[in-house]
Amino acid sequence: MSVLVIAEHDNKSLKPATLNTVMAATQIDADVHVLIAGFECQTVVEQAAKVAGVTKVLIADNEVYEHQLAENISKLIVDVAAEYSHIAAPATTTGKNTMPRVAALLNVSQLSDVIKVESPDTFVRPIYAGNAIATVKTTDAVKVLTVRITGFDAVAAEGGSAERQVLSQVISADKSRFVSEQLAESDRPELTSASVIISGGRGMGSGDNFKLLEGVADKLGAAIGASRAAVDAGFVPNDLQVGQTGKTVAPDLYIAVGISGAIQHLAGMKGSKVIVAINKDEDAPIFQVADYGLVADLFDAIPELESSL
Amino acid sequence: MKILVSVKRVIDYNVKVRVKADHSAVDLTNVKMSMNPFCEIAVEEAIRLKEKGVADEVVVVSVGSKSCQETLRTALALGADRAIQVEAEDGLDSLSVAKLLAAVAKEEAADLIILGKQSIDSDNNQTGQMVAALLDYPQATFASEVIIENGEAKVTRETDGGLQTLCVTLPAVVTTDLRLNEPRFASLPNIMKAKRKPLDVKTLSDLGVEVGCNVSVVSVTPPPERAGGIKVGSVAELVEKLKNEAKVIS
Repeated sequence: MSVLVIAEHDNKSLKPATLNTVMAATQIDADVHVLIAGFECQTVVEQAAKVAGVTKVLIADNEVYEHQLAENISKLIVDVAAEYSHIAAPATTTGKNTMPRVAALLNVSQLSDVIKVESPDTFVRPIYAGNAIATVKTTDAVKVLTVRITGFDAVAAEGGSAERQVLSQVISADKSRFVSEQLAESDRPELTSASVIISGGRGMGSGDNFKLLEGVADKLGAAIGASRAAVDAGFVPNDLQVGQTGKTVAPDLYIAVGISGAIQHLAGMKGSKVIVAINKDEDAPIFQVADYGLVADLFDAIPELESSL
Repeated sequence: MKILVSVKRVIDYNVKVRVKADHSAVDLTNVKMSMNPFCEIAVEEAIRLKEKGVADEVVVVSVGSKSCQETLRTALALGADRAIQVEAEDGLDSLSVAKLLAAVAKEEAADLIILGKQSIDSDNNQTGQMVAALLDYPQATFASEVIIENGEAKVTRETDGGLQTLCVTLPAVVTTDLRLNEPRFASLPNIMKAKRKPLDVKTLSDLGVEVGCNVSVVSVTPPPERAGGIKVGSVAELVEKLKNEAKVIS
């Protein structure tokens, strides 16, 4: 039996999260198919067909799939599910939105945020904000999972040559419609795939002060993140939030500036390779997980850091 | 309009969890329990919709052992009108909970079902979506704004790239994100009043739902410990360490 991976894309390009999910899928079974549901997404199909390890690309290209609404995409997935032993999607907001619906329609459980494949029926996932790690075994006929992107390396984006199959099902979502979208614009690397991240917390004091981080981010090619406190205070938009309820990241270097290190924040960044904390409170819990801690006023330390890079 | 809100009793979000020595589960004996923070937001939103005159009745429901009645009383003290406890063992899987909630929603003929986007113990983020699937209702997950008009819910959702606004036809399922609202505190008089509000207990057989789960827990272990780090004395020393010791910048 094969594994079906649901592609993460925006109708224009295949998102890197798909490559990490394909990696998880290849650890389950060698026959990995990718489903692309969208509208006018020809370039996404081209990219997906070249991904290493993908043997087949299923294409559902129709206006009704443009905004990837859970109501109809879930039914489309269920329509092809009989061919598969596993259905996996990245644990992004899109995957989290759709996959539980797929699982319920198939009358099976879903395993969320899988970080490790032990065997085709045994998986590892964090619980309690990452403070405990559960190994779970499922006997469901179809295993529905979402994959934590930072738990798996990406497969190569080139090198494959998958066959293509066009799906003819047109399922409309008559009870749900897209109204508008407000996307945050940024030239910086995407938070979840950046190799360096510098994050600010309540200690930044204001949204304007986040500009201090930009200088360092520019020099390091880093993405900028934030704690919930910084988002709630209106310093930065919510899509920068790292933590249990925001994004999970695992860069090579994570620099936490003016962040105390609450359990919920640590849940989102504890997997980082090297953690640096800059905080003037030497008792801040962030220092317990930081590889390098600097007790200093960030308003002195950050400009100095920028000029020394 | 009738709103059904589901609430879950979980370990308090400030508690540092301990894994049992036999690695079977997390130790919940003598640990402070509270209403799941996302559920508090769901209750608050329902009450606000009632205060605006959009809803006539707010019914709260919780699935679990008798101890979850405490959580339901909290929701009643916040302003819900009545409560339903679905008597079941604690820690059921999301699909079972979703089946029970769907049965209650059908019985109550609720127009809007509000849930938290995830519980902070199992971190599944599944139940709302599953309830919607079982009832074939539309869903609006991770909501940061909800407006009810013309038989529709206009919901702004928090997505990876920013915000997205959807319109879903009622009846519908909405799950709450943290930024939807700031939950109120229950006042003492309201806590006293909540004791007299109706609380029904239903069993699985009352609802005609059978639950079972094909997922078993093999083990629960503590996460790998991070080795203790060092404190550096200056920015220069920090940069030097990152370059030459950690080799994460060049």
